[in-house]
Amino acid sequence: MDHLILRILVKMMFAPILLFALYVQFHGDFGPGGGFQAGVIFAVAFILHALCFGLEETKKVMPQRILYVFMVVGLLFYTGTGFLTLLLGANLLDYEAIVPGSAHHAGQHYGIMLVEFGVGTCVFATMLTIFYHFAGREPEIGNEDW
Amino acid sequence: MTEAMTAPIAANLFIDLSLVTMLVLVAFAMLRSRQLFAVVMLSGIYSLLSASFFVSLDAVDVAFTEAAVGAGISTILMLGGMLLTARQEKAHAPKRAPIAFVVVLLVGAALIYASFDFPAYGDRYAPANNSIGQEYVERTPKEIGVPNIVTAVLAAYRGFDTMGETTVIFTAGLAVILLLGVGSARGGRAVRDRNAPPPTREE
Repeated sequence: MDHLILRILVKMMFAPILLFALYVQFHGDFGPGGGFQAGVIFAVAFILHALCFGLEETKKVMPQRILYVFMVVGLLFYTGTGFLTLLLGANLLDYEAIVPGSAHHAGQHYGIMLVEFGVGTCVFATMLTIFYHFAGREPEIGNEDW
Repeated sequence: MTEAMTAPIAANLFIDLSLVTMLVLVAFAMLRSRQLFAVVMLSGIYSLLSASFFVSLDAVDVAFTEAAVGAGISTILMLGGMLLTARQEKAHAPKRAPIAFVVVLLVGAALIYASFDFPAYGDRYAPANNSIGQEYVERTPKEIGVPNIVTAVLAAYRGFDTMGETTVIFTAGLAVILLLGVGSARGGRAVRDRNAPPPTREE
């Protein structure tokens, strides 16, 4: 695409969108948001990039190979937290066991942060993978083709 | 009720009513349109409107998800799906079936009749606000210590559910990779079926 204004706008918005996704990710305990929404917003930044600069350019920034790894790592982060609490002698996903005897529930905070990070990573990678596969089947489309 | 209290309630009612009206209008526009591009865009608008409606119902977490997923990702994926299939819905002459109209009217009347039994919005004696919901509100500050109760329910009390949901997302991605991603793992280039007709569009 050769639209100068679109290109510059996307360049300006790319980093703030990623930053906002990280804010949503780590502020989920205190306000609306969480891993799922953060993962989607993170993926949206790359989709915007792909819509403006083309899929091949985006795949150079965020290759599909890495996304496969992220998908699995995200899910393993979640289940891994569950198994961690099992190994510490508590029930599955009973985060209190991570920091036992904490007066202000530090274990719960750590546990929620870990699983939300897993959700965010998995959702981000999955959403972008689905987009890559849908968009990668067709040759690049022109402005008039819509 | 004093004058100062009724004004915000009237404003809320006005906002709710106009949002619902716009939702119905958009839904009818989607039904009428044959251009799939317009339908996809309208579905994005529909999601954004319902997200605003959720905000007005104080369900900000749901609104956030609806705006990000409904208006963002699914619009893009629908556009991608549209590119893979067709741009226009096939024209068909609708046959008038009076029995279908009667069934729709009866079911609609039954649903509206049933809605009279609903507790009023925000009723503190409604079942949804009493048993388990009240329990979460009371126990979260003591047991979890997280200000956002939605996060506490999602990640701590119902952590096992969310694990299943994450697995569902993962499985959905896996299914798309298996169905559409032949060859993409190695080269990442677009792949065409050998038996499919060559692309007709002029480049």
